[in-house]
Amino acid sequence: MTTSDTSTETLTAWDRVQLARNVQRPHTLDMVRGLCEHFVELHGDRRFGDDAAIVGGMATLQGRTVMIVGHQKGRNARENVQRHFGMPRPEGYRKALRLFRHAEKFGFPLLCFIDTPGADPERESEERGQANAIAECIMAMTNLRVPIIATVIGEGGSGGALAIGVADRMLMMENAIYSVISPEGCASILWRDAAKAPDAARAMRITAADVHELGIADAVIAEPAGGAHTDIAAAVESAALVIREHLEQLTGDEIATTLACRYQKYRAIGRFHERQQALLGVQAGEPLPFVV
Amino acid sequence: MKEFFRRNKKSFAPVQREGESQIPDNLWAKCPACRELIYQKQLTDSLKVCPKCSHHLRLVPHEWLGLLDHGSFVEHDADLWPADPLGFVSPKEAYADKLRLTQEKLGQADAVISGLGTIDGRRLALAICDFSFIGGSMGSVYGEKMTRAAERAAELELPLLTINGSGGARMQEGVISLMQMAKISMALTRLAAVQQPHIALLVDPCFGGVLASYPSVADIIIAEPGANIGFAGSRVVSQTIGGKMPAKHQTAEYMFEHGFVDMVTPRADLRATLSRLLTLYGAQTNAGLPRLDARLIEQEVRAGG
Ligand SMILES: [Zn+2]
Repeated sequence: MTTSDTSTETLTAWDRVQLARNVQRPHTLDMVRGLCEHFVELHGDRRFGDDAAIVGGMATLQGRTVMIVGHQKGRNARENVQRHFGMPRPEGYRKALRLFRHAEKFGFPLLCFIDTPGADPERESEERGQANAIAECIMAMTNLRVPIIATVIGEGGSGGALAIGVADRMLMMENAIYSVISPEGCASILWRDAAKAPDAARAMRITAADVHELGIADAVIAEPAGGAHTDIAAAVESAALVIREHLEQLTGDEIATTLACRYQKYRAIGRFHERQQALLGVQAGEPLPFVV
Repeated sequence: MKEFFRRNKKSFAPVQREGESQIPDNLWAKCPACRELIYQKQLTDSLKVCPKCSHHLRLVPHEWLGLLDHGSFVEHDADLWPADPLGFVSPKEAYADKLRLTQEKLGQADAVISGLGTIDGRRLALAICDFSFIGGSMGSVYGEKMTRAAERAAELELPLLTINGSGGARMQEGVISLMQMAKISMALTRLAAVQQPHIALLVDPCFGGVLASYPSVADIIIAEPGANIGFAGSRVVSQTIGGKMPAKHQTAEYMFEHGFVDMVTPRADLRATLSRLLTLYGAQTNAGLPRLDARLIEQEVRAGG
């Protein structure tokens, strides 16, 4: 794990939410530019359309071809309308699914970058099978026969994030968040007031440090003092170092080993008691240490 | 309609346990859809389908067991007990207190009941959500029970039936609850590897992270008439885009029209439908066809397409 910068250690969960949502942060295409060479973007789901909220394509990294899939937010209002604020529609997830299969066919390791408030919830998306599209992506990633590294670079918004986030390594940028529901959504339900989002953000433990401590993120990537948006090049380089290191480890393993470890990694997530043991004060089901 | 229920009631008599019914234990009940008063016994006989308007009332897991051959159900993993991994507290209540109060009220540990049973003598594994337990929300216990049900089905080479009525992930368990979507999906790959089917029944209501994971990629998807089914709950929609989702766009019938479920099956026909499906899958195994690795078949199909 890369150590956190001391200047940002006093930030609250809500401060991190603001940083994670900062439009000037490095987005997926910035990561690709800083991390890889020879990027060729691929478009379309071959079924309905091309969703600009998810980008993907092939590139070279350390002399090896990799497949990139990531949410793409914009830097300004115009770009964000085009990118739909990084909220994919079903065709975005079906493009991702197509690229997952493409990566598997040619043996390209898969690098995913997560940065979304969530999947698009509008009626048209329901009509085209948003739930099915997300479920298909998750299912495909569970046994995709190439190494997968997912990095949360900004907002990890619920199922819309997980759809490209089932991975052998789950990395998070220091000021990224990963949440089952937006803090505003949680606050409006459990606080009955969306304005209590800062409280909900803290209670849900959504910061990179929290998610790492819960055993779900494998590593936290340090950001420049003040946040990734203050020095995009440095932030991308920091991420690149960690991603390269994990890719190196994963590509050294047999794929059967990788798949077995992936199964165990997710199999172990969850905390519960078995009643007999609970009486004795022993907690069962604690996440196991990740197999590396 | 009435005759139909009468004809079927012997094979599908809901198992009632005291204090578990949504309907007060007295002579008359009110249909939540048409507000008509219904004679309690008539409602029980009709599997909680309103005889006036055909509204399918919600069933709790023990009532769903009426789908199985009488006395065939053996519960598994009943000793799994929820924890409070985040120490989650909101002004409304602490999660630990909410769990304890709900457990005391319902007499069960969490939102899923699972085990093995038979339908017309054919064995199957099943896992049933309980919407009355914190909205049937998916936390660690839900995920672990579904996962074990899928793994057990794979190990015993049995079909898996999941009955899914849930508001989605349990936010009081944070990102751990989100990851249950992946965990259950993982386990289902083992079921696929032994070529046993996952049959998902979508019941009212089925939303969010539950719909957006394992039930939506089941081999067979059956929905109950009139069930509210959708990805985004109206609260999520109003948070995100500032409008309410028209309810008619999130129903079983709408899902069927758009090609996302195989069939919308009235409760009275459900047992017969499941029995026929189990026979069809069983028939293939009995014919002694060579069992190929599911993964290879998938790849061949893909390569061919
Ligand atoms: Zn009625």
